[in-house]
Amino acid sequence: MSEFRVQIEAAIPALRRYARALTRDAETADDIVQDTLVRALRSEHLFHGGDVRAWLYTILTNLNRNRLRTLSRRPVLTPIKDSDAATGGPESGGRDIARALDELAEEPRTALLLVVLEGLTYREVAEVQCVPIGTVMSRLARARMQIKAYLDGERPMLRRVK
Amino acid sequence: MTDRDSIVTEDELHAYVDGELPPGRRSAVEAWLTTHSDDAAAVAAWRSQAELIQARYGGVADEPTPDRLSIAQLAWRRRNGWIAVASAAALVAFIAGGAAGWFARGTAVAGPSDLRRYTTDALDAYRLYVVEVRHPVEVPGDERPHLTQWLSKRVGTPVRIPELEKIGLKLVGGRLLPGPTGPTAFFMYETASGERFTLYCGQTKDQATALRYIAGKNSSAYYWVDGDLFYVLTGPAEQEKLRAIAQAAYDQIDARPSPQGG
Repeated sequence: MSEFRVQIEAAIPALRRYARALTRDAETADDIVQDTLVRALRSEHLFHGGDVRAWLYTILTNLNRNRLRTLSRRPVLTPIKDSDAATGGPESGGRDIARALDELAEEPRTALLLVVLEGLTYREVAEVQCVPIGTVMSRLARARMQIKAYLDGERPMLRRVK
Repeated sequence: MTDRDSIVTEDELHAYVDGELPPGRRSAVEAWLTTHSDDAAAVAAWRSQAELIQARYGGVADEPTPDRLSIAQLAWRRRNGWIAVASAAALVAFIAGGAAGWFARGTAVAGPSDLRRYTTDALDAYRLYVVEVRHPVEVPGDERPHLTQWLSKRVGTPVRIPELEKIGLKLVGGRLLPGPTGPTAFFMYETASGERFTLYCGQTKDQATALRYIAGKNSSAYYWVDGDLFYVLTGPAEQEKLRAIAQAAYDQIDARPSPQGG
């Protein structure tokens, strides 16, 4: 297998994780990952070495954005899914964070997930999102502020009184 | 004012949490946090958010990768020209498993041959009608001569309805469907145990082919071109059984001297 394909294959578990967090639905997530892989393979001839990973995240992020746009044109068909939530158990606190992420706009959510879940550097996220690093940081800040507000609101007992 | 005393910005707090802080600033931020409890609380909250996210989704990366995401398979399909462009919408479709060929309708880079468009349509039709209890067909199987005559006329070329009773398949009947190149005949067969198989056929300009197999998770198909007609035999995903049925249908159609179905 070529170096290119080895790199792609190694990235699949992480891409699935990222897609799952973005879509909150296992099937939809794997659909997006599959599309990402197909697109990547189609561009194999353009590959001249280097890190494939950030590029794969870029494709996936763009595909997800397209998906959200399609959904927003048909709001009636937008189901609120969280197939993982049904498993409950040790993830009982996780459902809160999933809903909190869902409340975010797409760009801050993407930025946050790329940093905290996928471990991308700010610079890499800036490349994926095609914006300056400063914008990445303000998206991160916005995401974190909104999640905090959401989680605090969900659990009023824990709200910190200033 | 030294670095240690200078004001720590919110950006630096984020960078601190994310390990992006320049090494020289780390101790300054840590010192700042000991004297600024609001900022320390924010940092703790952000870290806890990250932990929640990791706890929630981190495990996905440890799950086994489904077959349909195997690079070898995707590359093979690509090399064989099966996937033109994948689109999530089309891929959500039923053939999610180890499909030997799937492609997004309408988004292909090069125009797909009739072959591919027919298999897509045939599999769609199978999925649509196989679950239909009361009205799976328009014309019942006991009106075979009428069915043959009607569909031959609409498809525009003599259509044969294979006789598959010998291998345990009763003709439920047929219907007319819109196809990629014009009207298409669709026949449904059923086993004694209620398992359904469908045969889809319409005109094509594609070259004659031997039997070819396309597999999905819940359904699969054999397809071929004979004369000016394209055929897709679809059924539940058991390749051996499907092959036997497809072969029987193929042999009968191949041996056609007369347009009247057996």
